[in-house]
Amino acid sequence: MDKLAVATQNDLKTDIPEFKSGDSVSIGVKVREGNRTRIQMYEGVVISISAGHGIDKTFTVRKVSNGVGVERIFPFHSPNIDSLKVIRRGKVRRAKLYYLRELKGKAARIKERL
Amino acid sequence: MTQSMILGRKIGMTRIFNEQGRDIPVTVISAGPCVVTQVKTVDRDGYNAVQLGFEDLKEKHTLKPRAGLFKKLNVTPKRVIREYAVEGEANVAEGDVLTVELFTVGEKVDVRGVSKGKGFTGVMKRHGFSGGRRSHGKNSVMRAGGSIGASADPARVFPGTRMPGRSGGKNVCVKKLTVVRIDSESNQLFVRGAIPGCKNGIISITK
Repeated sequence: MDKLAVATQNDLKTDIPEFKSGDSVSIGVKVREGNRTRIQMYEGVVISISAGHGIDKTFTVRKVSNGVGVERIFPFHSPNIDSLKVIRRGKVRRAKLYYLRELKGKAARIKERL
Repeated sequence: MTQSMILGRKIGMTRIFNEQGRDIPVTVISAGPCVVTQVKTVDRDGYNAVQLGFEDLKEKHTLKPRAGLFKKLNVTPKRVIREYAVEGEANVAEGDVLTVELFTVGEKVDVRGVSKGKGFTGVMKRHGFSGGRRSHGKNSVMRAGGSIGASADPARVFPGTRMPGRSGGKNVCVKKLTVVRIDSESNQLFVRGAIPGCKNGIISITK
């Protein structure tokens, strides 16, 4: 392992469940309001997992909220992710699902992987 | 003038998360341990300075003129020797070992290094000129520097006019970088932001 990876070794989380592009996830995001922190749920489809390694790895979650497409990029090892749950496994044929941005309604559905 | 200094090598850039969950870009530096090889004083040398040695070297690779210095201190020969001017009496003695524990988290440090050599570059990369217009039929001036002066008067180009040439490979100092983390076990220093030079380049950190 290179020195840079070793330097941030202890910052990595070990309890992240395995998931792939196309999976639906539910994430508990820590939101800080002044001194208070609360957990906000964010639910959507993973459309991309970055090519980054170690602490630089991120994933993108897309959802349609009130007819508006929302995409959030989360660092895997961010302490702001309180919980991560895979709700549904999706069956997709590519790693980056950017084509979903062009689709809506019925066309934007993803088959379940059983 | 500085009183706390250390030498190191740049490992590279990455990110860490702070207590607020904020993502901080950091540069990891493998710093020290450094040996104080010489303390210079006004009485003896005409000025006050501290000389540091960094990174062990095999005996056979040691430069002959330096060999005596290491022998006197009874330390393994060092690869890099660097001197720092200090104000008044130095707060270290010959033979002292300086480590990253010299610094504390949250402190501001200055980082010096040799910037990456870019070779012969044009005026846009070297001096940040904006170049010429890219549309409306302009094809020979897109990265050109434009005029370098007037005509018959003064009939010369003023010294110091910014023109293409060698860029990079110079001593660069980045001031007031915050120390984000200190790992005294692996002798690593994490500073916020970018520092000059390539990976593995020799870096000098002062407080």
